[in-house]
Amino acid sequence: MAHDVQHYNLDQKFDFTAATKKSVFTVLIIGAALLVIGILMAIFGGHHEEAAEAGGHAFHWYERLYANLWINNVYFTGIAIIGVFFFAVQYAAQAGWSAPISRVMLSFGNWLPYAGILMIVTFFVANHDLFHWTHAYLFDTNSPEYDKIIDGKGAFFYWPMAKGSFPAFYILRMVLFFGFWVFFFNKFKKISAQEDQLGGTSHWFKMRSWSAYFIIFFAVSSSISAWDWVMSIDTHWFSTLFGWYVFSSWFVSGLSAITLLVIFLKSRGYLEMVNENHVHDLGKFVFGFTIFWTYLWFSQFLLIYYANIPEESVYFIERLSSDVYGPYIFVNLAMNFFLPFLILMTRDAKRHGIFLKLVCTLIIAGHWVDFFLMVQPGTLGHNGGIGFMEIGMFLVYGSAVTLVVLGGLAKGNLIPKNHPMLEESYHHHI
Amino acid sequence: MERDKNFILGVYDDEDVLLHAVSEVRTSGVKIHEVYTPYPVHGLEDVLGYKRSRLPIAAFLFGMLGTTLALTMQLYMMRFDWPMIIGGKDHAAIPDFIPVTFELTVLLAAFGMVGVFMISSNLKPWAQPRIFDLRSTDDKHIMAIDIANNTSMEVAKIQEILKSSGATEVNNKSFE
Repeated sequence: MAHDVQHYNLDQKFDFTAATKKSVFTVLIIGAALLVIGILMAIFGGHHEEAAEAGGHAFHWYERLYANLWINNVYFTGIAIIGVFFFAVQYAAQAGWSAPISRVMLSFGNWLPYAGILMIVTFFVANHDLFHWTHAYLFDTNSPEYDKIIDGKGAFFYWPMAKGSFPAFYILRMVLFFGFWVFFFNKFKKISAQEDQLGGTSHWFKMRSWSAYFIIFFAVSSSISAWDWVMSIDTHWFSTLFGWYVFSSWFVSGLSAITLLVIFLKSRGYLEMVNENHVHDLGKFVFGFTIFWTYLWFSQFLLIYYANIPEESVYFIERLSSDVYGPYIFVNLAMNFFLPFLILMTRDAKRHGIFLKLVCTLIIAGHWVDFFLMVQPGTLGHNGGIGFMEIGMFLVYGSAVTLVVLGGLAKGNLIPKNHPMLEESYHHHI
Repeated sequence: MERDKNFILGVYDDEDVLLHAVSEVRTSGVKIHEVYTPYPVHGLEDVLGYKRSRLPIAAFLFGMLGTTLALTMQLYMMRFDWPMIIGGKDHAAIPDFIPVTFELTVLLAAFGMVGVFMISSNLKPWAQPRIFDLRSTDDKHIMAIDIANNTSMEVAKIQEILKSSGATEVNNKSFE
């Protein structure tokens, strides 16, 4: 019975074939075409009458483009970092079942360097169009636009510089977070590659320590990045569980992406030793964390709704009583809670690819809607919505991430062949 | 011969031997009544060919009952029986009802599941458990075979099969 693991080809490499590349590129081109149509419609369709009523602040088509860039930057950064985070969790928890799919999780981190560059560039390009707090006059006591509340929060963005000048602290955090995330990702990749060469258990122990450090860093950085990148759009407003809320949204979409990739690789004949028991575990994670996301979403909503304090409830009034965003609140709940909850409830649904493929695709689209609802009402107001530009940009980002992730996956062995827990994973049975 | 009265018992020392023995005995055509083990043996249900429990379906139905009960109760109380305005909200303020609904769903699903499990496993308080071999609570695995269920095979033949499958002892047990 021992060492059944030897029956499998552990040196398998993912072959990123031209055919696969072509189909990803097709999606990319369709997305780009939709994006161009969307931009043209925004330029020539015009919102001239609405621009006048907004009171001096004319709406420009590129604001919607920036908002779209930002939604996808934040969303896909989340999916990428969750891949690394979930990988680290496996080591910190000393999990054995996940050994053959750990490289699949880690491969999502390949997007991180691109995500970091895109994020910083978008921030500098979009600046005032996305973040209200970047206006210098808010901090000028002589200005009629002086805002005491934002002035009180100013140091969080501008320290040690003067408020309203260069957001040094904000940029420092962004660079620091991406820097450390990429550092940890490269560290994991390096140790994992060394393990393939040398074997033994020392790499596993080393990885466990680094995973623990990463999780501590990620616990803090994931929350703060949620405040920085998403919550600061609605500058006056705050919610104490916003960091967790964004994390849970990232986590469940990251888990769905990992599950989809595992199912895809299995359908292509890779990862032979991964059977329905491992898929079942992934399905349980997806199922469990859709409920976790709903729990946080609802906790945030219920308290604000019940207390009905104006400075808090404005967040939901902006969304629920808006013709543009109101319906999407319910779409969001249906896609991210009711449908996954009901479809994935039975054991069989979690063990068979077809249900998981359906639910994971639903969740990946659904949590994009979640981020859409976090970003657009605060940046575009009633000028937002889901149109060609939104769908196109999502497809462009999605296929770019797929290209980078699969490209990274094709570089090394698919299975960590000297992982000390491969044998345990082979006997995984639930 | 009457059912559930006369049994042949195979006694096994080792769980690996037991798992193989169960498959062997079943493939030789003997129907196993039940296997008693001192601790849960992983994979035993599979080799015994047991179907998965339908308990989750009961849990789902009881959960739905809890949801319905909670929502109707709160709607009836807050909207029809004694309407009150709380926190300036509508009488039928559904978001306010969700925490209670969640709790009742979980409570009824859990209680319903325990109740159904007890009924289906015959775990009523006055039930008299039948003990095939007291050592199955200590260090022996006991495979019980109902003779009435295996009339097509001679008793000596069944005993022979149990012996050759690795049983350390083969005993007979009759209940009144």
